[in-house]
Amino acid sequence: MIVGEQKNIDEIAAMLEKEDFDNLLITGCGTCVTVSMAGGEREVNALAEILQAYFASKNKNVKIQKATVKRQCDFEFLDDLENEVDSTGLVLSLGCGVGVQHLAERFPDKVVLPGLNTSFYGAVTNTGELAERCIGCGNCVLDEYHGVCPIARCSKSLLNGPCGGSQDGKCEVDPEIDCGWQLIYDRVKRLNKLEVVTGYHEPKDWQTYRDGGPRKHVNKEYFGN
Amino acid sequence: MPEIKSLLKKRLEAGQFVVCSELGPPIGADPEFIREKARRLKGYVDATNVTDNQTAIVRMSSIAAARIAADEGLEMIIQVTARDRNRIGIQSDILGASSLGLRNVLCLTGDHQVFGMDKGAKNVFDLDSVQLIKTVHDMVHEGVLLNGKEMEVPPQMFIGGAANPFADPFEMQMLKMIKKVEAGVEFFQTQAIYNIEKFEYWMEEVRKLGLHKKSYILAGILPTRSVKALKMMKKHVAGMDVPDEVIARMEAAGDKKKEGVKMAVETIERVKQIEGVRGVHLMPVAWEEITPVVVEEAGLYPRPEVE
Repeated sequence: MIVGEQKNIDEIAAMLEKEDFDNLLITGCGTCVTVSMAGGEREVNALAEILQAYFASKNKNVKIQKATVKRQCDFEFLDDLENEVDSTGLVLSLGCGVGVQHLAERFPDKVVLPGLNTSFYGAVTNTGELAERCIGCGNCVLDEYHGVCPIARCSKSLLNGPCGGSQDGKCEVDPEIDCGWQLIYDRVKRLNKLEVVTGYHEPKDWQTYRDGGPRKHVNKEYFGN
Repeated sequence: MPEIKSLLKKRLEAGQFVVCSELGPPIGADPEFIREKARRLKGYVDATNVTDNQTAIVRMSSIAAARIAADEGLEMIIQVTARDRNRIGIQSDILGASSLGLRNVLCLTGDHQVFGMDKGAKNVFDLDSVQLIKTVHDMVHEGVLLNGKEMEVPPQMFIGGAANPFADPFEMQMLKMIKKVEAGVEFFQTQAIYNIEKFEYWMEEVRKLGLHKKSYILAGILPTRSVKALKMMKKHVAGMDVPDEVIARMEAAGDKKKEGVKMAVETIERVKQIEGVRGVHLMPVAWEEITPVVVEEAGLYPRPEVE
């Protein structure tokens, strides 16, 4: 899922300082960022309380509304927000970067601000802990590496083996980071499939990533023949 | 125009035990800095590497500095890392370097940018070191670019790569070394050796795989005079193995400079005995002036002639 982290409250306050409004709508998103505990209903409520106190301390009279939709990345759910958005001066979204942009597109006359940083695509690795697993390169190679992605898990996205900076299973970038190639090696050893990492891997065609420009996915079955 | 050939390659083909050194370019645009360093090395070494923004710190370009030093009469090895340039930039640089008469290249992945002063830089790593070696090999020996385009005048390069006997996972590192050989590497320069036993064991594995017969292996030697530097390398330099005994020995030494030279000379003498080691690569950090001293003390001076 998409993992997000709420922006620092000072950063959010500084963002709001630049705007002129007396009515604020904080919107949460009920899907990915709810799981990473950054932008769901709970976080919307908590942020609303903090901001209410902040505005009070500044002697500012701001009415705060709250609304969490199932997915900010789908117009179907944004339609439900029409009344709230109409009655507000400013939207602060706790959705991911996709949600913020989708709100701005659906409500072109309103200022929409981001309340969180979109971190990465990750998995739950521990209670309250999520870790990056995919960069969305657009051409999955997990078959070639038996379930550990060198592009997402190696700091240098190396396709032909570890760099000289791998020591004791850790990455040269940070001892907190597992060496992606150690993980690949351990996995193929376990599966007795070392041969998958002995062959030469060609340079990747990055056109399916950002390097082909902004991407679009069209579900052909929607459009018949 | 007379044809320029790699003298390093000639020496290795002639069976000489070669001596390479390293020259760190300045953070600045002073060519005299390079000339002065080059003049001090002349006659003592067979080829000199110029690092490519080593540890991700911005310095004068490897190719430019190498050309300046070559004009002082040194045989140069340019370094190319995959960190800062994509396949377009790298191939362009190889063409440029060759056209400037530079004939040796060391192909590296490159230290991650977190080691330098531009931690916020966007890294590239479009190619990895194996792909980089293959790309240069195909340019030189097949006359084609990575995209298949043929060149009328291909570049000429003697192609090197790095090998780290001390990095993990050991078996995977070996597999990568095999891949480099298959991709067309002609010589290896190894990570600096402080753990000689581990290096000997590694060379044993290299010989078992026959890699010493398919490439020239040059052992990395890093003379140092400082306990602090040894501790720093042990802790912070990617892929370095500095045993505690080495640090203790330096701590106990009265004359640290003398001890540093002695340790380097002992390592050279030891690796010289190892079958398959075809030379040494001296890379003192912030102590480049010691290179001629180490070469002399190790009995490697004067350097033999080359045709």
